[in-house]
Amino acid sequence: MSNTSKQSGSLRRYILTRIALAVPMVLILLILVFVMMRVAPGDPISASQGGKLNAAELAARRKAAGFDAPLLQQFWDYLKSVVTLNFGTTFSDRRSVREIIIENGGATLTLTAGALVFATVIGIPVGLLAGRYRDRPVDVVSRLASTVSYAAPVFVTAPLLMLAFGSTSGQASPLIQLNVPTQTHILIVDAALDGDWDAVTDILQHLLLPSVALGLLIVGVFIRMIRINLIQSLQGDYIEAARARGVRERHVVARHGFRNALVPVVTVLGLQVAMLLGGAVLTEKIFNWPGIGRQLIDYINQRDYVAVQGIVTVFALVVVVISLLIDFVNALIDPRVRY
Amino acid sequence: MTEPVLSVRDLRVWYGTDRGPVRAVDGVTFDVRPGETLGLVGESGCGKSTLGRGVLGLTPAAAAVDGEVVLRSPGGAGRNLVGLPAKEIQRLRGPELGLIFQEPMTRLNPLMRISQHFEEALRAHEKGLSKQEIRTRALDALRGMGIPESRYRSYPHEFSGGMRQRIMIALALVLRPAFIVADEPTTALDVLVEAQIIKILADLRKNFDTSLVLITHNLGIVAEACDRVAVMYAGHIVEQGDAREVFANPQHPYTRELLRSTISLSTTGLHFIPGSPPDLVEPPQGCRFHPRCPVAMRGCATVEPPEVVLPTGVVSACWQQAIEVEPSLVDELGPDGREPLAAVKEISVADEA
Amino acid sequence: MATTTLPTGPIEPTVSAAASRFGGLRRIVSAIREARGVPKFMLWTGAAISALFVITAVFAPLIAPYSFDTYRSGGHNFPKQGSPDGTHWFGTTVQSLDVLSRTIYGARTALEVMVLAVIFSLILGVLLGLLAGYFGGWLDRILVLVMDALFAFPYLLLAIVAGFVFSGISGGGVVTAALSITVVYIPQYFRVVRASALSAREATFVEAARAMGAKPSVVIRKYLFGNVIQSVPVITTMNAADAIGTLAGLGFLGLGIQPTEAAEWGYDLDRAIDDVNAGMWWTCLYPGLAMVIAILGFTLLGEGLNDVLNPTMRRRRISKVLLPAHTRRRTVTAPALPDVPEGEAAK
Repeated sequence: MSNTSKQSGSLRRYILTRIALAVPMVLILLILVFVMMRVAPGDPISASQGGKLNAAELAARRKAAGFDAPLLQQFWDYLKSVVTLNFGTTFSDRRSVREIIIENGGATLTLTAGALVFATVIGIPVGLLAGRYRDRPVDVVSRLASTVSYAAPVFVTAPLLMLAFGSTSGQASPLIQLNVPTQTHILIVDAALDGDWDAVTDILQHLLLPSVALGLLIVGVFIRMIRINLIQSLQGDYIEAARARGVRERHVVARHGFRNALVPVVTVLGLQVAMLLGGAVLTEKIFNWPGIGRQLIDYINQRDYVAVQGIVTVFALVVVVISLLIDFVNALIDPRVRY
Repeated sequence: MTEPVLSVRDLRVWYGTDRGPVRAVDGVTFDVRPGETLGLVGESGCGKSTLGRGVLGLTPAAAAVDGEVVLRSPGGAGRNLVGLPAKEIQRLRGPELGLIFQEPMTRLNPLMRISQHFEEALRAHEKGLSKQEIRTRALDALRGMGIPESRYRSYPHEFSGGMRQRIMIALALVLRPAFIVADEPTTALDVLVEAQIIKILADLRKNFDTSLVLITHNLGIVAEACDRVAVMYAGHIVEQGDAREVFANPQHPYTRELLRSTISLSTTGLHFIPGSPPDLVEPPQGCRFHPRCPVAMRGCATVEPPEVVLPTGVVSACWQQAIEVEPSLVDELGPDGREPLAAVKEISVADEA
Repeated sequence: MATTTLPTGPIEPTVSAAASRFGGLRRIVSAIREARGVPKFMLWTGAAISALFVITAVFAPLIAPYSFDTYRSGGHNFPKQGSPDGTHWFGTTVQSLDVLSRTIYGARTALEVMVLAVIFSLILGVLLGLLAGYFGGWLDRILVLVMDALFAFPYLLLAIVAGFVFSGISGGGVVTAALSITVVYIPQYFRVVRASALSAREATFVEAARAMGAKPSVVIRKYLFGNVIQSVPVITTMNAADAIGTLAGLGFLGLGIQPTEAAEWGYDLDRAIDDVNAGMWWTCLYPGLAMVIAILGFTLLGEGLNDVLNPTMRRRRISKVLLPAHTRRRTVTAPALPDVPEGEAAK
């Protein structure tokens, strides 16, 4: 009994330490984003409102937005906006960035989740097979396939997929036309909550191709990681020890090999989610998917600094939070991490 | 005399490599009787561990094995384990044949609790065991090794090296095997723990009549814990017999050199055998020890020595004894065959310089 | 002091710098020669594709039938969205441009950006890594934090932001695109170089060489050529593969090279998406295929190099053994000696 309480205590301590370590990381990321946004010549207002306003109006706008203040003051304001989860208001269409995140975040979440599901469902079995039958045909084929999938960017695979499977999902996304009451801002969940199963099916149909296109981006990395992990864990000393105890070969491979090979995958998964966020920007543009990535591109084309800064900040925070979550999951499934 | 529980005859285990086959075990013959402990000694890289694994059929897929390993325990039923289908020998590993490893730190699955290791081992061989029975038997075995019940559900990383080795032994013993190979079980542990483990192993045969092959390069352990000893060199057993007899009266030059290299209280200077064990892809012609042998004769470099069964029951594969026992064999060594092999001295001088 | 830590080997810095540099190279060359099986296949296929890509890029004006922005020739305009035929093998785009020519010129742009990006990131990464690893202290700590932050950031997003910033400064040219991509790769070189610079700093012979008056630059160079040369080829090739994709990604999002300046695969693919919806396949297939093949070439080359140079993944080749017939040793039995009682012999 005392044993379990000791364990949960060390888990709590681990989580707290890990959170404390994330703080400087967040700070550095925020400074990076801020500095990058200030490196550009001129100032955000004149960049975004260029020819539309006269000099006096520009100066007024600049003052209103705080861009005439010293840099440190501006950074302080930026920090405050992050802490209050406000992230500022866009220049071009006066939306609050927080509103953009809430309204479009659901779509990005759905897309990345779909891609992750695809990559996991394909990647884990193929990787395990390749590692189990190392250097056999299945290994060589899956290795080449994963290299090709790594080499093909989303904007090549996506149009090819569209050509091959019909381009219905490419046109203006019908998701917007669906009429379901908004509760969570995640369309598929809202539709399910509403009991509108036709809508759910429709969303899933439209989700399929984008998820596959985005998932292909990371499935190669998945297969390779799992393959190498399995090869290494099958050479493990405890594998030989289990065989020496007469444990059945199938059990040895499944329980000792597969299971131990899949634990490090959680870490890879975390890194890949960061990669997916980058790929999502492209995928959303190709498939007209109403996510944050598309918003980011729109605002970049309008040179709306506040919107870009706000959205990039949110992406950065998401990356840090995901890496934290991954570490917690790791601590839960791998007893060694906590010590 | 009781019948041996395990008889090994002409066992060979060769590994394929780019350079040709490695003759890790090359025609080895020995018996182990119930409750007997056989010490298997020799330098590293002379095939001891391969021999241990070869007996259990745990050699890698690319190894070729032939010869006989006859197991006469109730489950073994006098079958030859070499060439037995994988499924059959897997059933014997555990309840009939046990193996204890050199480095206990990495032999337990870090993601499994100790209890899960026991559950897995027991379920593999005794189907229908209830959870309660498994627990009782596992705790019995652990208690015998001095591991308290409260640690049953701990993870491997929560134990020290010595404790992990005791857990490994308990895991082997919980299935009550008739025969155990212990492959340098104490090499990775400190001296105090070593003594503890050796005592546990020595108690085994008293309590369970278990036969043991104890692989080690520590001659002190053999003297302490073994009934008989087999000395291995370059894939061959060069001398075997009663442990006390071999220690008191070593016959084979390699055994003598090995004993001289041991450090004890009376040691005044450190002795070592010049050179290193030979490359097992191309072992030396004739006697494999001749390049390092201080009493090698010219003939030793060309003709393989016979095994000489001495009156004490000790078997030694050396021309020195062969000629003494059967003087007519001198002819086989050829003209000048008995002249000392001078090259040896030069090597050792060069090495010490 | 220094003399006691002196190694027995040659300490003459310039001599051993040259020796270890060629030693490192020789090790790579011999490892490549020894490659067998899948790694060998990947290495050589990758090298062949990469070479083809470079040749196409360099001789684009000679190979391509038209220039990348030619839309009329022989007095009349090219067809608009014409399907592939005898004059336009790969068809024409909505702007009446020849797809084949644009695909070939795209290789040229990709190579330019790729080479610049790899050189920029190599220089910056190595320089920063050396500074951090060799001098340590607060500089090291800050650089490591910044690099970790850059590394954790989704790389395409980083390139997008960098592209956004740089295009505001210098417009959409080849150098701008290369700079945006450079930011992504600096941390990789930084890590490798910093790690070996750290170990160089700690190695005793560096102390010795320093005590003997060797300049730090000599010490660093000597150590780096020995250690870094093993991992840099792999990183560089993988980055080269990646740079092609990232450049096209930027182009696809409209953040890359201006279409008036050069032909760029990503931009072409962006324009081709609408064609795909209309059922036209040639405007997207050819540039897409060219890009995938180019990336694949460098990826295969990098992976092959990694397999060959990274000893942990190398596998000892094993071959099946056929045991020859066994000849058992003869046994000679000594007659029992009657004058020695058995009990005594046992003692």
